[in-house]
Amino acid sequence: MTSSALALPRAAWRPAWVTERAPVLAVVAVLFVLWYLAAFLMNAPQVRDAFERNDIKYTLTDVIAGTMNGDRPVVPAPHQVVIELYDSIFGYPLDSRRNLAYHAWVTLSATAVGFAIGAIFGILLAILIVHLRTLEKSLLPWIICSQMVPILAIAPIIIVVFGAIGIRGLLPKSIISAYLCFFPVTIGMVKGLTSPDPIQLDLMRTWSANKLQVFWKLRWPSSIPFLFTSLKVSVTISLVGAIVAELPTGAQAGIGARLLTGSYYGQTVQIWAALVAAAVIATVLIGIIDLIAKWTAHRMGATT
Amino acid sequence: MDQRVARRPGPAKQSVALGTSPTTSIRPVERVTPPETATGEGRAAAAKALTVDARGVSLTFQTRDGAVEALANINLQISDGDFVSFIGPSGCGKTTLLRLIADLQKPTSGTILVNGVSPEEARLKRQYGYIFQAPALYPWRTIERNVALPLEIMGFDAKERRARVDRYLKLVNLSGFERKFPWQLSGGMQQRASIARALSFDPALLLMDEPFGALDEIVRDHLNEQLLRLWDQTGKTVVFVTHSIPEAVFLSTRIVVMSPRPGRIIDIIPCNFPRNRTLEIRETPEFIKIAQRVRAGLRSGHSYDE
Repeated sequence: MTSSALALPRAAWRPAWVTERAPVLAVVAVLFVLWYLAAFLMNAPQVRDAFERNDIKYTLTDVIAGTMNGDRPVVPAPHQVVIELYDSIFGYPLDSRRNLAYHAWVTLSATAVGFAIGAIFGILLAILIVHLRTLEKSLLPWIICSQMVPILAIAPIIIVVFGAIGIRGLLPKSIISAYLCFFPVTIGMVKGLTSPDPIQLDLMRTWSANKLQVFWKLRWPSSIPFLFTSLKVSVTISLVGAIVAELPTGAQAGIGARLLTGSYYGQTVQIWAALVAAAVIATVLIGIIDLIAKWTAHRMGATT
Repeated sequence: MDQRVARRPGPAKQSVALGTSPTTSIRPVERVTPPETATGEGRAAAAKALTVDARGVSLTFQTRDGAVEALANINLQISDGDFVSFIGPSGCGKTTLLRLIADLQKPTSGTILVNGVSPEEARLKRQYGYIFQAPALYPWRTIERNVALPLEIMGFDAKERRARVDRYLKLVNLSGFERKFPWQLSGGMQQRASIARALSFDPALLLMDEPFGALDEIVRDHLNEQLLRLWDQTGKTVVFVTHSIPEAVFLSTRIVVMSPRPGRIIDIIPCNFPRNRTLEIRETPEFIKIAQRVRAGLRSGHSYDE
């Protein structure tokens, strides 16, 4: 929103949705310009080489046209990615291996299961840590350590171990995703569950409330804002976890598999389309959590 | 230690003497006229059942800079139906003493009895309601659900909860605000809601820790009158922490003047205005006389050159 005090009288004629979204749209426009520029600069040598190798005379216009429509560009132009996205989603039946939506669904389901496991595990861990002070000292270093190990090193081990006992497909991927995403939930919830005012805790004591009552009537509701903040961080991490879990195993399906085949065959447009698909999924997931958070905050009497 | 005993005036010594007498609680004392002196007050306290009975209570905190004596040798008897104020500068231990009575902290030595049992037992039996300086309403609960919270914890059924919430919100003039969230109410209204919450389970003893300290004077006067009316109607015992002399004199039947380093009682002043007093009594000579005595006590216990 532009500052109303400084706005010219004419600003009043603009519809509200323009003034509200203008900053976002401006950033998107700049990004697209930069993207096109990058596509030209990165692809130009390749295009020029091709012309020169075949002894074809070329102009700048030819080069620009070439950088925008290459088969295997270094950086595909935005419209190429959009066309690839459209083709790969609507060009094939939904259950086809060639359909990006099919792969997105495979990754999304692993993400959802992993996120659920990770969030529940993270919350339970936080509850334990908050109620058993000794656990904080004994457990927390290990929890932090667990996050320092590179996931690319752990992922194949987990896939292989689970594969050896006959568990394949969704579950091992979800475990890896959960392994990554429980951490922010634990940290956030430890903070949240210890966030009540000393006075609020004292009140509970004067009513001689038991631990369960203190938890459900004070600690848990106090922690809800912290919970949603950490869930928003955690859901994107769990998506990354699921994609990473698809890489080292040469998975047949999923966005990770799509990235892998794309890089095997130099299909940069396919890689970029898969990346955009992952970004869209992450945005939608965060959006869903944000909606639930807002609805919950409203139910809990938030001021706005 | 010697210096402390020497500085303590008559009444506190009297309660030390009472503490050593095994027949304190059954000593027959008539209370026909309100006792004028603090010595008489000590005996009158024994005539009725004691709500609070503190004997030789001390509390020492261990800090990095050594031990801090928060309370030293406190002797205090509060009888049923009394309205007792603790007044003193900050650091004199008045809030700490209230917290000891509430079993929110434990004394290092000495004994406290609340309704004849230990503070912990009294707390477990939910015999007192505690009101803090901040309303400390739970922001995610509506006013009615805030008032109902202790009732939920104590296992009252839904019907009884509703009846009590209605009754006590009406008592503190908050009918019609049941569905509001705390932030939608002014500070004074929030504090009234917290009083309704403390009253909801009908404890015979109310412990109030500077409940109106954060409010402006007009709201404070108004709430003081309401509190007095409530005390008169319900016959509850009130222990009230404040650092406002007019507030203490206006509300109390006895004023306990305290002093810091170490936290101790330096004077106990009886204050016997009629129970249904109004704000106008603040203009009377008696009121001013008591206020002067409180001020003198505060001054004697406080060195300003620190």
